[in-house]
Amino acid sequence: MPERTPSQTVGPYLHLGLAPADYNVRPLFGPDLTAPGVTGTPIRIEGRLIDGEGNGLPDALLEIWQADAQGHYAHPADGRPLRSNSFRGFARAPTDAGGGFAFSTIKPGAVPGPSESLQAPHINVGIFARGLLKRLFTRIYFKDEGMNGSDPILALVPAPRRHTLMAVPDGARAGVFRFDIRLQGQDETVFFDA
Amino acid sequence: MHDRYARAGNVADPPYLAPEYRSTRVRAPSQPLIVIPQTLSEITGPVYGHADVRPQEADLTRQHAAEPLGERIIVRGRVLDEAGRPVPETLVEIWQCNAAGRYIHVVDQHPAPLDPNFTGAGRCVTDADGVYQFITIKPGAYPWRNHANAWRPAHIHFSLFGPSFLTRLVTQMYFPGDPLFAFDPIFNAVSDATARGRMVCQFDLATTRPEWALGYTFDIVLRGPNATPPDPDHA
Repeated sequence: MPERTPSQTVGPYLHLGLAPADYNVRPLFGPDLTAPGVTGTPIRIEGRLIDGEGNGLPDALLEIWQADAQGHYAHPADGRPLRSNSFRGFARAPTDAGGGFAFSTIKPGAVPGPSESLQAPHINVGIFARGLLKRLFTRIYFKDEGMNGSDPILALVPAPRRHTLMAVPDGARAGVFRFDIRLQGQDETVFFDA
Repeated sequence: MHDRYARAGNVADPPYLAPEYRSTRVRAPSQPLIVIPQTLSEITGPVYGHADVRPQEADLTRQHAAEPLGERIIVRGRVLDEAGRPVPETLVEIWQCNAAGRYIHVVDQHPAPLDPNFTGAGRCVTDADGVYQFITIKPGAYPWRNHANAWRPAHIHFSLFGPSFLTRLVTQMYFPGDPLFAFDPIFNAVSDATARGRMVCQFDLATTRPEWALGYTFDIVLRGPNATPPDPDHA
């Protein structure tokens, strides 16, 4: 049987291949999933990707993957009907010079979990950067969500670290959530291996 | 719920912390990863078909008024999973520097010439047999500031999706016999020599087109299905 090809870093020039709008190349993906025809509650997630010395990463890319407002995925392994084919569930955002990023999307619904459990609304996040030899995987949950207490994945995270996975509503702007990602050190974000 | 995707094959991957690659020191997590089951959120993922990608995007030598300088090459291969099955209709994105070792990227300040006829970005979708092909020019080596007199071996960045969130892979394809291999902490962050060899393409006379371009083959193996059958009591 063939063996897996090892992962390597995206390096500092990742935009050229993965977010190439600045190089006169049509991007396949952007940071906005709110296309016409997409139903659900529009939300915006803003945050900063921060290294172990407190500096923002200017050379990183985030990818999100999420269910629609009903909790259905646009993928054959889900198989349940989609309310709208215009919601594809995948978006990309490179970080800016200060490590900032933002996604516009809709709030995902609850998703089936292991053993007939239900997972609280969440968004899978993949992180690529110079200095990351392989992708990091985390999840965005929503701080104000009542289902978090019974989420089977959050239950695997030590209680003192769960707050690192919570997008926090911005007090001033409706529908806006804050989600910072700390790669290393104090309040280090929880990363997963699935 | 059993794992749909194999967990064992990732021994080939480099660690997050590889101190000789300096920027990993402040970017690698210090806490261990938390192992979670493979839920519907992980066994699904973005699936994009041929509709989004145009055939001419696989030819990096025809994106401008004239052809780029450098050694024209064909890079062709198959995308497979660990069970040896082809991965059809999956997106392959590549990016690279030009023949002089310079990226068009705004951050690259290497004093080597830019080529007005070369951007260095391409993409395609694998066919029903998992085959992809790019036409490009051979990238040059270039210096970086990781350590004294540090040079990256020539490489092309490859990004692949596969059928789920868990099969996503970004890697680099290197060229055979590069004298810089021994000095490159990114290449050598993969500790196993055999696994490093799987990132090196092979010269292939059958892929080479007479009087036109050298051919290289590079097969890419993504994370595959779990070989262990599900426990019947918990299926």
